[in-house]
Amino acid sequence: MTEPCDVLVIGAGPAGLAAARAAASHGVNVVLVDLQANPGGQIWRHDVRKSAPAAARLAVAEMRARSNLHWLPQAQVVATAPGRVLIEEAGLVREIEYGALVLATGARELLLPFPGWTLPGVSGAGALQALTKQGWPIAGKRVLLAGSGPLLLASAATLRRHGAQVLAICEQAPDAALMAFASQLWRWPGKLLQAAALRTRLAGVAYRRASWVRAAHGDERVREVEIESARGIERIACDQVAVGYGLVPNTELAAQLGCALELDGRHPRVRVDERLMTSVDGVYAAGEACGIGGVDVARVEGAMAGHAAAGADDAARALRPRRRHARAFADLLPRYFDLRDDVRKLAEPTTLVCRCEDVALAQLQGYSDARAAKLATRCGMGSCQGRICGTALTELGLLVPATRAHAARPPVFPTRLASLAAAGSYLDRSCSERTFLTESKGSV
Amino acid sequence: MKRSNVQLSIDGIAVEVPAGANVAAAVAQLGLRFRRSRSGEARAPLCGMGLCFECRVSIDGVAHQRACVVVARDGMQVQRDD
Ligand SMILES: Cc1cc2nc3c(=O)[nH]c(=O)nc-3n(C[C@H](O)[C@H](O)[C@H](O)COP(=O)(O)OP(=O)(O)OC[C@H]3O[C@@H](n4cnc5c(N)ncnc54)[C@H](O)[C@@H]3O)c2cc1C
Ligand code: FES
Repeated sequence: MTEPCDVLVIGAGPAGLAAARAAASHGVNVVLVDLQANPGGQIWRHDVRKSAPAAARLAVAEMRARSNLHWLPQAQVVATAPGRVLIEEAGLVREIEYGALVLATGARELLLPFPGWTLPGVSGAGALQALTKQGWPIAGKRVLLAGSGPLLLASAATLRRHGAQVLAICEQAPDAALMAFASQLWRWPGKLLQAAALRTRLAGVAYRRASWVRAAHGDERVREVEIESARGIERIACDQVAVGYGLVPNTELAAQLGCALELDGRHPRVRVDERLMTSVDGVYAAGEACGIGGVDVARVEGAMAGHAAAGADDAARALRPRRRHARAFADLLPRYFDLRDDVRKLAEPTTLVCRCEDVALAQLQGYSDARAAKLATRCGMGSCQGRICGTALTELGLLVPATRAHAARPPVFPTRLASLAAAGSYLDRSCSERTFLTESKGSV
Repeated sequence: MKRSNVQLSIDGIAVEVPAGANVAAAVAQLGLRFRRSRSGEARAPLCGMGLCFECRVSIDGVAHQRACVVVARDGMQVQRDD
């Protein structure tokens, strides 16, 4: 079944919600799809026990109030072709045809391998925050947070609010960098307020600078974590360890559509022009997918892309100064939260890097090319399709990410064969059957 | 009135979670056991957002479901070690 719409928005985080609303304000027919059951993306993720921030409630209410805006929850875009996408929803597939497309696919956490990182109870920092909001039993648990960047503080505040005992936050950046970062904040009063509020909510929690997690220990779950700093190595007993090294844009859908990517540091982001159009005509991108920028960037870029996708270029153009100001803040982050080499050297030869296929670091030595390594070791061929290990290997300097168009083959997520069979004709148009069969291994 | 909890079964054991919670939260009520890796290691949620597939369980007979993106519903039958 093919359904048409004027503007299709993929991702219902702050960027996608703003895009859908802006496009719908011009009267066109808009469809907004997201893998999650509730709108809000990562920062406004639905919390089953606590109320959402006012901005999030407003954005969602505005979405629901528009009769020309159709919201599709728990719908995952699994494949793309020019002018149409394939969506899997409750095991069924449907095809949506669009006039213009806005990619607001957000970002994921950068997770780096270290001894013990596969133990249950070790997760990303934002990951534990997300799980907790969705009912994960965290009350009374001893949690250690580590990694880098402001997300550690936001996660810690959420965990504490839900009753966790936050043992410490270990930030790998040195003191001087953190002081320099703080001294810039006055230019973004909103951020300064946010930082002050977080500090209050985290009163009494140790914030250790220049320290990082070396290893996690346990049997069938984590029991203890090893921290390294100038003071030496310390072992701390805990129930959960949450380690995130910042964020990396989600670019798989863009790559599959043939949108040009560009490197932002070590990782790719979607390349857009001043109008937020990608290199593919009629396909726009906004928010973290175009480079990590935070919620203010996501909202203004989403609005710009939504206006532009609906053909309202003037409305989009009027937002350019706001976008520049918001992006300037984003540019500070990589400067001050630059990763030290120590955290890139934590994995030992026996540490598993590819968690889906259980491939250790030592098995990956000696391959200069990702494809050769993949064929020989199966690294990156499991269910996550390289999203975790590929990003980690890129950060470790062992893999150069592809930025050429069409580098990502469909489906972008493992998809059930029955769903794909139902998509029938779509397959013939978008890719060969062989691609589907090999890439969807593990979940058929 | 809206019910505030839902009840589901994990490996035959009854578990209750707040309405709107995901299946990962329900499984976690029983501890950190989720799936086994290819070489038999215990694994549990890593990314919390539907990308890593480490939280896989079988739900109502359908294998390889990501527990972190499925909302828990009354009467769901969840199996671990998927
Ligand atoms: C785990 C995590 C937690 C975070 N927590 C905070 C926080 O507490 N505070 C803070 O300031 N910042 C936080 N951030 C940073 C956050 O990414 C941004 O501030 C903001 O949410 C970016 O908005 P966005 O709309 O660009 O992307 P997102 O909010 O990431 O939204 C992207 C959406 O796209 C959807 N999507 C992606 N691909 C597909 C697909 N193929 N099919 C269907 N849907 C798809 C995702 O489900 C997601 O809902 C967090 C980031 C992560 C990764
Ligand atoms: S925890 Fe990563 S997919 Fe569920």
